[in-house]
Amino acid sequence: MLESAGVETSIARIEGHDVRVWRKGRGPVVGYLAGFGGLPKWTPFLDRLARTRTVVAPSLPGFPGGGSWHAKLDTHLDWILAARQIVLASGLIGADLVAGSVGAALAAELAALWPDDVRCLALVSPLGVSDRVQPTTDMWAQRADELPGLLCVDPDVYTRFTAKPENADAIEWTVEQTRASEAGARFLWPLSDTRLASRLHLIKAPTLLLRGAGDRVLPNGALQQFRNALRCKAEVRSIAGAGHLAELDCPDAIADAILGWCESGGRHA
Amino acid sequence: MKMLWFHLMPYLDLPEDFREKNPSVWVTIDSGLFDPVRAHAMYNDFMDELEYASQVGFDAICVNEHHSNGYGLMPSPNLIAATLARRTQDTAICVLGNSLALYNPPTRVAEEMAMLDCMSGGRLIAGFPVGTPMDTAYAYSQNPSMLRDRYREAADLVVKAWTTREPFAFNGRFNQQRYVNIWPRPIQQPHPPIWAPGGGSVETWDWCAQNDYCFCYLSYNGYKAAQTAMEGFWKVVDKLGKDRNPYRAGFLQFIGVAESRQQAIDLYTEPAEYFFGRSFHVDPRFAAPPGYTSEETQRAGLVGQIAMKRRNRGAEKMKEIIDNGYVVIGTPEDVVEQLREAATELNVGHLMLLLQYGNMNKELTNYNTRIFAEKVMPELRGLFSQWEDHWWPRPLPASQQQAPAPIGDGARKGGRNA
Repeated sequence: MLESAGVETSIARIEGHDVRVWRKGRGPVVGYLAGFGGLPKWTPFLDRLARTRTVVAPSLPGFPGGGSWHAKLDTHLDWILAARQIVLASGLIGADLVAGSVGAALAAELAALWPDDVRCLALVSPLGVSDRVQPTTDMWAQRADELPGLLCVDPDVYTRFTAKPENADAIEWTVEQTRASEAGARFLWPLSDTRLASRLHLIKAPTLLLRGAGDRVLPNGALQQFRNALRCKAEVRSIAGAGHLAELDCPDAIADAILGWCESGGRHA
Repeated sequence: MKMLWFHLMPYLDLPEDFREKNPSVWVTIDSGLFDPVRAHAMYNDFMDELEYASQVGFDAICVNEHHSNGYGLMPSPNLIAATLARRTQDTAICVLGNSLALYNPPTRVAEEMAMLDCMSGGRLIAGFPVGTPMDTAYAYSQNPSMLRDRYREAADLVVKAWTTREPFAFNGRFNQQRYVNIWPRPIQQPHPPIWAPGGGSVETWDWCAQNDYCFCYLSYNGYKAAQTAMEGFWKVVDKLGKDRNPYRAGFLQFIGVAESRQQAIDLYTEPAEYFFGRSFHVDPRFAAPPGYTSEETQRAGLVGQIAMKRRNRGAEKMKEIIDNGYVVIGTPEDVVEQLREAATELNVGHLMLLLQYGNMNKELTNYNTRIFAEKVMPELRGLFSQWEDHWWPRPLPASQQQAPAPIGDGARKGGRNA
C-alpha cells in the first residue's frame, strides 16, 4: 500500500502538470516537502504528525506523484516558482512548514522569499548550503546496494520504504524512483549548494534545524553554516540514531521535536 | 567497407596491483600514478602509431575525448587531430569527437572543427558524442538531467553556425549568443560529415536516423553484445522509411592478429588483460547518474557499457575476453572471417578498429597494424561495395592540397633569419 488508512489523495493541476497532494489528520495544517527520493509511500513519521495536525504533503516536481514537471525546470528560479505554486495550490500559505533534505532546500527558499507566508519552519538535514572544504556526500554517485546505508542509519528502513509494493509494475516503480533521484539531482547538481546561504537572513519564521547524528550526507559544518546565516529565532538539534533521512529512521523523535517547536511557535529558542 | 584506426591513448604504466588498490580508473584515479615524463614518450609513440596507420592504408585515423581517465589521455582530441592534419595526407581524420554539452559556448566546437577541416584540406569527420557519465556528469560536473537536451541544442547550434552565411543571434534554452559568425569556416559543404557515437540509447538512434547522421556503436564488449543495439537502430531507420545503407553506421572492435592463432594469443594476452583488468576498471557508482539515461531507454532495458561490464564480471582473463568476443583474435583468415560476420550481421560499413589497447607498445602496435593492413584489409575492402558512403569526407582535389614544408637544415637555413 502506498497510502495508510485515512490518507486522502487529491490532484492539483498546475501549469499543465498533475501534482499529487496527500492529506491526513485533524487540527492545524502542517505542510511537508519530502527529501531525497520523495514519498513513494506514506510514512510513520507523517502518521505521527497527523495525530494532532492536518498533514498536507504535496509532491515536488519529479518526485513520486509529481510527474515529469522537473524536466521543464532549467533554472533555480524555475524550481522556486514551481514550489511556490505547489504550496499555494495545496493551501499551505500561513501554515507551519516541515521539510527534509532536498525538500528542505526549497522550503527554506520559500520561507526566505515569502517570509510572511510561513508560520513555523522545521527543516531536517536541509541541503542547499554546502561547506567549501567538506562538501555534502554525492548521493548521486553511489552503488545501489550502498545507498540505503548512506541515507539511513538502519539500511533496512530505507530498503522497505522503497520496496516495490505487490501490485506495482516493477519497471514503472524503478523508473519512478530514478525520476525522483533525477529531480533532486537536477535541482542540486553538483554540490547541493544553491547559494541559499545568501538568502537565509530573509527568513522570519522561527526555524528548527534537525540533523540525524548519523547523517552521512550533510556534514555538521554545513548545518552550522546554515544556522549562522539565519537571523530569525533558530535552534539546531541532533537526533540520536538517525541518518540523513531522519524521518525514516526515527519518526517519533523527529515528529515530537517538530510538534513541540511549532506548538510553542519557536519560543524555546 | 571503410576501416578506421582508432586510438584511445591509454596510460601504459598502471601498476599490476592497480585494480586491488584503486577503486576506479576514471574520475577519481590517483593523480600520483601519472608520470608526465613518461607521458611525453607515450604521446609521441601514440601519434607515431596513428601516422603509421595512415601510411599503411587505413581509411581514417580516429581520436576521441575523455576526462580524468587512465585509459584515455585525450581531454582535447582536437590537439592531436591538428598534428595529424599536418603529418598525414590522404587519410580521413575522425574526431569522435567533441562532447558538445561540455563546451561553453558550443560554437567553440564549430570553430575548432572548421580549423581542422581547413588545415586537413577537408578530411574531417565531425563526431558529436553525448559523452560518458564519467566524463560529463562527474569529471565535468554537468547536470545529467539536462545533458541530452543541452547536447541536442549544441549540435543544432554548431550545424547552424557552419551553414548560415550571415551573422545570427542564437536564443536557445541553454545557450544565448548575440553574434554567431564563426571564422574560419569548414571546407566541406554544407558541413563535415557528422557521426554520433553512442552506447545504445533509444534517443541517439532516433536522432541519428532522423538527421541522417552516422550512428557509431562504441562498445568494448564486442560484436556479439552489439546486436541488440544495432538492430534497435536499424528498426528506427526502417520505421522512418530510409534505406539500410550500412554506411549509416559504425562499430568499434578490438583486434589482435598474428601469423598463427597461438602467436596472437601469446602476443595480445597481456595488453588485453591490462585493458579489461586495469584500464577498464571503472567504479560502477559512476555508471548511471540519474537522468543520464532517459526513461524510454530505461524501459527498453538497455544498459551502458559500465553496467554491462558489471554484469559480465570476471571477463578480465584472456579466455573470457576471447569467448565474449571482446577481442577478435587469430590469424588474418580468422580475423577476416569474424569481422565479415560482424559487419554483415550488424550491417555496419564503418569498422573502427582498436589495434592498440592496454599497455601494448609501439612495436607490437605497428605489427598488429601492418598485418591487418596487409592481410585483413584487402579481404574486407569490397564488402558493401554496392552502397555509396554518404557519410565520408569530401576533401579538396589533390591539385589544391598543400603539403607541409619539410623540416630540416635546408628549411631552417631558409628561414627569415637566414
